[in-house]
This record gives sequence, structure tokens and C-alpha cells, in this order.
Amino acid sequence: MWDLHRIAELPGGSTQLFVGLHLIHEVTSPQAFFALKEKGLRVRCPEQTVATVDHIVPTTSQDRPFADPLAEEMLCTLEENCEIHNIKFYGLKSGNQGIVHVIAPELGLTQPGMTVVCGDSHTSTHGAFGAIAFGIGTSQVRDVLASQSLTMNKLKVRRIWVNNTLKKGVYAKDLILHIIHTLGVKAGVGYAYEFAGPAIASLSMEERMTICNMAIEAGARCGYINPDEVTFKYLENRLHAPKERNWTQAISWWKTISSDEKAIFDDEVDFDASKIPPTVTWGITPGQGIGIDEKLPDPESLSPSEKTIAQEAYNYMGLTPGGTILDLPIDVCFIGSCTNGRLNDLKIAASIAKGRHVAKGIKAFVVPGSENVAKAAEDEGLVEIFKNAGFEWRKPGCSMCLAMNPDRLEGRQISASSSNRNFKGRQGSATGRTLLMSPAMVTAAAITGRVTDVRTLQ
Amino acid sequence: MKDQPSYPKGPITQIYGQAFTLRGDDIDTDRIIPARFLKCISFTSLGDKVFADDRSEMNGHHPFDLNINKGASILVVNDNFGCGSSREHAPQALMRWGIRALIGQSFAEIFYGNCLSLGIPCATASAKTINAIQNHIENDNRHYWTLKIKKKKIFSNDQAWEVDIQQGPLEMLATGKWDAISQLMSNEEDLLKVKNKLPYLNQFKKF
Repeated sequence: MWDLHRIAELPGGSTQLFVGLHLIHEVTSPQAFFALKEKGLRVRCPEQTVATVDHIVPTTSQDRPFADPLAEEMLCTLEENCEIHNIKFYGLKSGNQGIVHVIAPELGLTQPGMTVVCGDSHTSTHGAFGAIAFGIGTSQVRDVLASQSLTMNKLKVRRIWVNNTLKKGVYAKDLILHIIHTLGVKAGVGYAYEFAGPAIASLSMEERMTICNMAIEAGARCGYINPDEVTFKYLENRLHAPKERNWTQAISWWKTISSDEKAIFDDEVDFDASKIPPTVTWGITPGQGIGIDEKLPDPESLSPSEKTIAQEAYNYMGLTPGGTILDLPIDVCFIGSCTNGRLNDLKIAASIAKGRHVAKGIKAFVVPGSENVAKAAEDEGLVEIFKNAGFEWRKPGCSMCLAMNPDRLEGRQISASSSNRNFKGRQGSATGRTLLMSPAMVTAAAITGRVTDVRTLQ
Repeated sequence: MKDQPSYPKGPITQIYGQAFTLRGDDIDTDRIIPARFLKCISFTSLGDKVFADDRSEMNGHHPFDLNINKGASILVVNDNFGCGSSREHAPQALMRWGIRALIGQSFAEIFYGNCLSLGIPCATASAKTINAIQNHIENDNRHYWTLKIKKKKIFSNDQAWEVDIQQGPLEMLATGKWDAISQLMSNEEDLLKVKNKLPYLNQFKKF
């Protein structure tokens, strides 16, 4: 697949790689378009470029102009750039707007065998389809706009083989949090993480996307899963998926791109899915996770490099070694993001929320990943379940995953969040605290007001 | 900005300047530049915002606020610096504050690439070497340091340490081709060959 996209070998050993799909959004593209304008360049392949707006959109009212003039300016700039350069733009109320990593798969833009890039680190998500997909910076966005290619070094591959299947109440999010905790947040630097094995094969496409989405939190720029019948079934009849005769031909090509049984990997690691409990982060990196029944680690028992950041995490989070994460009171519950804002995530959350109510004093809100997810959730009655249970139902966007819109933590609030990063200040307050967990666990926390083992509610 | 008004340009063979340290592993790009400062359509005003939240928490005692570090251009960090988001705003903020080279045990990949495309080398060395360099700087940081790209060495006034710079980035920096765009645009013919043979751009025909 790499060879198929290779344009040239560049001095110093990097490869000039052709980009099959370039996704752009309002945050990391304006400076790139400005650079094109300065150099008098045009977009090389507008037909391989697709835009949407997600990071800065408010989730209460999306009427224009936005209350925040900076957000409005960013959206106007994107609209203008797409118009000038003839780029397909899925804007607000188009029916197809949403978080870039939710809409590209659901519209059938992301396909096996492609190279997919976007100025966003969670582009690793698209590897779930058997694509080479990775995040890039703004200078590279400019390069891709101008040349439909970029320079890239070939990555090593670590195969993560997961045996058995996940137990009831344990989800793809728990699996990936467990993997990141076990391997660490920097073990993936220089690697693509290929996920395989019976547990991965049994996951839906949405669950596979959750896994690949967070490969970057393990340091790996790409996540990857071989395409199979699950992949093909997901893509069939989607807006941009191949149709009719092309569909048949596409499948026969896609079947040839799987890494074969005899492939040799640079590294291999095994996990047993059946042994993984619901997993929650307690610290300030996605690697600081524990099983819901475990005790918080003693920094003295950790390696020197983990020890320092564990101590920093204890100071920041106000937790004590040896304590538990179970029953920790929380303030805010956020269900959404490119990790867990898809229909299946909302179905699971709704199944737990049904007939129950958000605990007093807890702010709980659901942000669908896209306009299509929102519509499907409405059609399936999920919205009504959430509203009856006391959740706020919002409009699609990235929202409080990174708080570039009005949704944010205040002061030292603690959130139970289905998103992907628990860095200091990530959710909009410099002292705010984030606990990452599955949408099911977030819902359970919303109901009880504390970190709760969702299995006790199922 | 300060003593270095101009941003990297052309071949980069050495970085000469005062150095300072920022200790800690896994310093993520949300800390380097919090997301609220990404609400902009140009990078120009990011220099003052670098490490905004960490700095306000430390009330003037953060390394980026200390008088003695004013005008410094070499930053020595620890492991997995720049992890997390792909935001180029992070190296842009560092560059606009005045940083022209980073030395650390390791760097997150996207951050590393972003630095390279701005002409900012990220040199690496073992934990032991980094610690030695950091101690040396912290004992007396008035001195000027030189990072020599081709020699892969950093020199203090009285000592030198070996560092690593990957061969590709090294050549790109030394020849001034770290800004990839012109090189990428010069291979149009090869690009067309690839484009015309990609199954998904050609009705999945077999070639």
C-alpha cells in the first residue's frame, strides 16, 4: 500500500507519498491557505479534499453569526477558502456536518487502501478501515493542498494481538485505555499500531474506530486494522462509497491489501480481552488508567520516568496513592467526541440511562458526533431517553473534548468524559480535571454522581 | 522578537544562543499552547501565549518567565516532549517566543515534523546525557551554547556532548530544504504516474 502511493524517494531517506484523501477543518487550515495565497499557488487536487467545521462550533445554538467573533471569523475563513479553491464543504445544517473523523467514515469517504491525512492527530481513526491515516501539522496541510503529497518516513509496525472477547460491560474504550496503560504513552513513537486477533475481528467498525482513534495517545501516529467483511458491510451504499460494478471491483481489490498471515512485524504484543475490566484514567496522561476495582498506584512502585509524572498527577488531581477511583464524586458528564460520539456509543449510553435519572447537581450532556448521528439518534428514540433522564441533548461538534467552543469545565470541576485526552487544562479550565472512560461508564457516573462500575447497573 | 528578530531561513548549520531547561516527561501540546489560543487564523500572536496556563500557575517563576532566560534560543527538555495534538501552533508559539532549537530525550512524532518544517531542529540524546546537559545549564546559564547540526554535537563554553539528529532531517536542515513544498511540487510527472494507477481513483481497474 505504501509502495502504491510512493511518488519519489527524497534525499535523506524520506518518501514523497501521494495523499488519497485530505480532510480539512477550520482550526489547522487557515494559515495553510494563507501560505498558498502568498506563494500564488492553487489547490492541486480539490476533488481529493473535503472540509467540515467541528472544533469551534457551539453546541447549543448554531445560528450565525456565532456569539464568539473569533469562532465566526474562523468559519467564514474556511467557507471562503473552500469556495475559492472549489473544495467540497459539509457545513452546518448541510445534513452531513460533524466531527471530521466521524463524517468521513460515515459518508464513505474513508476507504481501505487509501492514504488519509488531516491536520488533526486523531486522523489515526481512519486506519480502522485498512487505510494509512495520520495527523499532520499546518505546514504539511499547506504541502498537501499544494502538491497532494507529503514527506513521510516509513513507520515500523507493532502488531497488537487481542485474544478472546470483551466481557459484558467492557467496551472498545476500556480495551484501548488498557493497552495505552500497559504499553505507555511513548512506546508507539516511530510505530504504526496494527490491531488484530479474535477480539478485534469481533468488533464493529464504530468500535474499531474507537481503538484506532486513540493509537496516537500511545504515541503511535497510525492505528491500523485489516479490512474484512465487517468493513465492507459498513461501507456498502454509503454516500461516497463505490457503487454497482465499481463496488464489486473495489471489494476484490480491498481483499488483496490485508497484511498476510506470514507478515513479519517489527514487534508483537498480546493481550487477553476477557481479562480487561472497565478502565478509567485517574491522572493527567491517557496512560494513567486503572481497572475500576484497582487501587491507585504507589508512585514508589513505578519506574523513575513514570514516578515523576504520577506525583505531578496526584498533586493536580487531588488524589491519594492507595485510594480508589470508584465512588469519586464528579461534577460534569460529557458523552461525545471523535472517540465515542457515534450512534452505537449513544445507543449503549441510552440503554443505561433509560428509566433512570441524572443525579442531583450533575451537569450531563450528550454531543452527537455528526448531523447524521443526531438524526439517527432522534429516529431511534435515543434523544427522548436522554432528555427524560436529565441529559442535555446538544448539536454536533468536538465540544468539551478540547473546549474550543463555549462548553468547558469551571475551576477544579471533575468530568467523567468519553473523550480521548485528560491533559492538564484540556477541557477548558486550567485547573479542571478529566477522567476518561467509556460512554457506558460516563452514563453510570451521571446517574450516581460518582465514578461507578457500570456492570452494577446492567 | 528579542535578540532574534528573524525566523529560520535557508540552510541551518548551527544554532548559537543561550540555553535553558524545562524539566518533565510527556509535556503535551495542550500545555505548550492551550486550545483556547487556537482560535485564530494566523500564528502571529502566539509567542506570548506559550505555556500560558503553566506560567500563570507558577506566577512568574516558570522558565519562560525568568529574566535570566530572556533572549534564550535553545530549550533542553526531557522525554516525549510535544505529545498529543498535531497543532503546529505549539512549535509556532515556541518559535515566536524565541526558541530556535530543542534538545531532549525524545519528541512526539507530529511535533518533531512540525518543528522541522519551521526549520527548528529537535536533537535527541540519552536520558543520562540530557540530564548532564540540563545540570550544566542550571549551574550556570549565562553562557552561550552552540548546536552544530552536521557534527551532531552541542558545545558549552568548556564541554561538548554528542546528540543525534536523524539523517533525513539533518540533510534537509543543512541544505535549506526543510521547507518541503518546492521539492514536493517538482515531481509532477511522478505524481501523475501514481495518481493514474491508484485503483480508488480509477474505477478500481486492475493494473
